[in-house]
Amino acid sequence: MEKEEVKQKIYALVEKSIGKKKLKSSDIQKAVSAEAGISRDEVKDALRELIDNGTLIYTYFGGSFVEIPPKE
Amino acid sequence: MPKKYDTPLLDELEKGPFPSFVTEMKKAAAKTDMAADALGQLERCFRDKKTHWKHGGIVGVRGYGGGVIGRYSDIPEDFPNVAHFHTVRINSTSAFFYTSKFLKEMCDIWDKHGSGLTNLHGSTGDLVLLGTKTDQLEQIFAEFSSRGWDLGGSGSAMRTPSCCVGPARCEWANIDTLDINYSITQEFQDEMHRPAFPYKFKFKTVGCAVDCNASIARADCSIIGTWKGNIAIDQAEVANYEKKGMNISEEIVGMCPSKCMSYDGKQLKIDDANCVRCMHCIAKMTKALKPTGEKGATILIGSKAPFVIGATLSWVIVPFIKMEPPYDEFKDLIRKMWEWWDEHGKNRERIGELIIRRGMREFLEYIGVEPVPQQVKEPRRDPFYFWTEADLQK
Repeated sequence: MEKEEVKQKIYALVEKSIGKKKLKSSDIQKAVSAEAGISRDEVKDALRELIDNGTLIYTYFGGSFVEIPPKE
Repeated sequence: MPKKYDTPLLDELEKGPFPSFVTEMKKAAAKTDMAADALGQLERCFRDKKTHWKHGGIVGVRGYGGGVIGRYSDIPEDFPNVAHFHTVRINSTSAFFYTSKFLKEMCDIWDKHGSGLTNLHGSTGDLVLLGTKTDQLEQIFAEFSSRGWDLGGSGSAMRTPSCCVGPARCEWANIDTLDINYSITQEFQDEMHRPAFPYKFKFKTVGCAVDCNASIARADCSIIGTWKGNIAIDQAEVANYEKKGMNISEEIVGMCPSKCMSYDGKQLKIDDANCVRCMHCIAKMTKALKPTGEKGATILIGSKAPFVIGATLSWVIVPFIKMEPPYDEFKDLIRKMWEWWDEHGKNRERIGELIIRRGMREFLEYIGVEPVPQQVKEPRRDPFYFWTEADLQK
């Protein structure tokens, strides 16, 4: 699976969880690797790019989560 | 000119025999509005008997999930200069060796972008910079990283590791604590800056069981230097200690936890096979006693401050491991522990709590470590090791 496709899956998962459950990085790795049949390292790598380019951000609310940044 | 607040309750904290953080805050408050409001809000917290600080949120620098702790006032209308008062953690050096040049630069950067208040060092071991605004964070990060410094850990991540002064200044260090600390920091950069654990994970490394860094009480993974050989005894020096007034029977022999020592007034004897390497006798009679033989470390897991199950001390997982660069055996063991914790840990569950919840047997099986008597934390209490049918048939 292409990295761009993995990124889209990650973003879609985070977007879908808004208002329902805050996702941890490991939740995303587990869910996307199971769904796409790829290794957790591949998901981690794609997630890292999404964080580095600001598409997703880390937040802290009693634990660290991955979320979509708030609109300015 | 910063606003001046009356601080009758905080003033009480200046009256004790020790240096007071209030005195230092007052000096900063005379110079900056942010420090002045921090002092005023702190007084209000004491007066109202509740905190007016909120923490958490979405602040940070791009690409990093830790290193900045969002902090806000819940009464910004009264203390507008601390409406944002974020904390920045800078990854400290091993055993806190800094050059005066760096300390001056650090203070200049912080005076420019923050409150000027620092905490060297926080209980995590980081160099902590207290109080800045969200729009200053990227600039602060750029200033520090351009000088070769990095942010420390926060959130559900590996926290900035710390160590005792080790062989840099202490002859009793059985391991190179500074190098181990540096190596852990470099190896696990991803785990420190991109939080992916169920909760925090701390490493603390000390050279011997005197444990100057209190690793046994403060680290999820305590690395404590130890040795395999006997304790060498200089009987002439033992006699000198007695001559100088030490009550050897009471202060040394009587306080040996495994009762492996004896003293007949002439000769000190140690039954090394029963010695638990606690360092009590060596630390008390530094000129007379000395560890010999192979050096390495004991790996302990699980200490933490009170939270779900109360304060916990670390317990032994690996009684002895060689600790020589590049420390691959140790690092592989840690990765196995993290895998298991990641698989089964609940949100905000420390690894020690998970071991207690799921059992030592499962943990040891997963990480591939054999059960040994040294892992029993408290004899004659729950061994939390349950034999399987297959084990019993062996």
